[in-house]
Amino acid sequence: MNRHANHLLSIADLDTADLDQLMRLTDRFVEVSQRQIPKVPALRGKNVVWLFYEDSTRTRLSFEQAAKRLSADTMTFSVGSSSVKKGESLRDTVLTIEAMGVDGIVVRHSSAGVPWQIARWLEHRVSVVNAGDGWHEHPTQALLDCYTIRERRGSLEGLRIGIIGDVKHSRVARSDVLAYTALGAEVTLVAPPTLLPPSLEGWPVRVSHDLDAVLPDLDVAYLLRMQRERMTEHLVPSLREYTDRYGLTARRVDRMRDDALVMHPGPMNRGVEISAEVADLPRSVIIDQVRNGVAVRMAVLFLLLGSGVDKVLGSEGALPDAVADPDPAGVPDLTSAAPTPEGAPR
Amino acid sequence: MAERERRSTPPYGGVFVARSQVMDADDVRRAIWRMAHEIVERNHGLDGVVLVGLQTGGVLMAEAFAEALAEIDGTEVPVGTLDVALFRDDIGIRPVLPEAVTDIPVDLDGAIVVLVDDVLFTGRTIRAALDALGSYGRPRAVQLAVMVDRGHRELPIRPDFVGKNLPTRRDEMVNVSPSGVDLGELVKEGR
Repeated sequence: MNRHANHLLSIADLDTADLDQLMRLTDRFVEVSQRQIPKVPALRGKNVVWLFYEDSTRTRLSFEQAAKRLSADTMTFSVGSSSVKKGESLRDTVLTIEAMGVDGIVVRHSSAGVPWQIARWLEHRVSVVNAGDGWHEHPTQALLDCYTIRERRGSLEGLRIGIIGDVKHSRVARSDVLAYTALGAEVTLVAPPTLLPPSLEGWPVRVSHDLDAVLPDLDVAYLLRMQRERMTEHLVPSLREYTDRYGLTARRVDRMRDDALVMHPGPMNRGVEISAEVADLPRSVIIDQVRNGVAVRMAVLFLLLGSGVDKVLGSEGALPDAVADPDPAGVPDLTSAAPTPEGAPR
Repeated sequence: MAERERRSTPPYGGVFVARSQVMDADDVRRAIWRMAHEIVERNHGLDGVVLVGLQTGGVLMAEAFAEALAEIDGTEVPVGTLDVALFRDDIGIRPVLPEAVTDIPVDLDGAIVVLVDDVLFTGRTIRAALDALGSYGRPRAVQLAVMVDRGHRELPIRPDFVGKNLPTRRDEMVNVSPSGVDLGELVKEGR
């Protein structure tokens, strides 16, 4: 294949039309998933490898299910049982995998920018999908979030969406902000100052430190996972105090609009950012998010690997700039607020 | 119509220019009416019959059949639509996007499915449709109704109900609409 492979690296590479196209395409794959035999031969003979340098259950399983429903073959590379333990570099690993013959690489890594790096090392012969890079982006999560909101509300145009919690360490928040605003929603970040990025310059968002003030106006309350492993950094006094001010409790949820939705990227800490009963309310679409995740990833994999449609994800235009800069921190806009976690790559 | 859209996708892009009208609106209506009678006759009534229109050219035709069948037999026949993009054998050869809606409203186990399309050409769309139907159950029988059979088959597929057999050259185009059937050519844009 001589043609420049398409990638999905960042929501920033997609314009509103691309996002709309992906949403419509996802409709088709939702229908496929409802068939008696929910499998189509569209990616027969294509090989996709999961390159997961960081733990993940739902994202990997979701991609796996999506690939299987499209009849693609899959291979899993997990760091725990691989030559990485023997000291093989990421570049050598990627070139080795490519030599075996793959059409797509779905990568998760704790360092921002790794998916770009891989796309460059492979000289765009193989499609790369970013399944989460450091604190930077998680584009397929944002797509499934948009799709879930669109499914309930018809469109994101004019909706008020609050992203609540640890925005600083959240790649989901970064991708969501880009996708929501591109589709016409107004985004408010709700968090204590310690859990916001050091600079929000250029972010098309409002900021609030008071959930109770914002909540009655929201169409969507998007809760981020309070990462317990970060508690040692003393960013909040205690989980209990966090819940007290920013947790979506049963008492708080009563003050939301009747048609407002509650969302969470998972895994949930019931009793911390979301109370146990709120997670199970009809307005909570957390399970829908997971279900739609499969269809969205089918749409992405088909578009990149099967459709033969070029330039769909805007990657041809956007990529060279990002790739020209070998410093992972040099990738698109929001990265300046998303420093590479220290000590990475693992 | 399906054929036209397919051929309009780059790199096949172009505009259909009609050269001659083969059937007018009345001819199309009469052909639908006759084929509807044949469907009733072949199946000894409409018990278990489901119409499935292939996106996009077969959808309007399937609806026209349903109206005719309701008048002839007094039976409301379920109508579905099917987009076969994901089952095509030329995926990867030319751009394909499943943009049209697939909606099969009933379980197809044991049903008699009448596939409806506007133009039968190479037969590859029908091959894909037969595969796609398998995802919805195991029909008792599958029959094929087309407005125009233009020949040039590449697979062993034949229609059960035909509006008109129309000999064509391979590079010609056939355009079917409720207002008539036209024979013409695809003219590349900007050349």
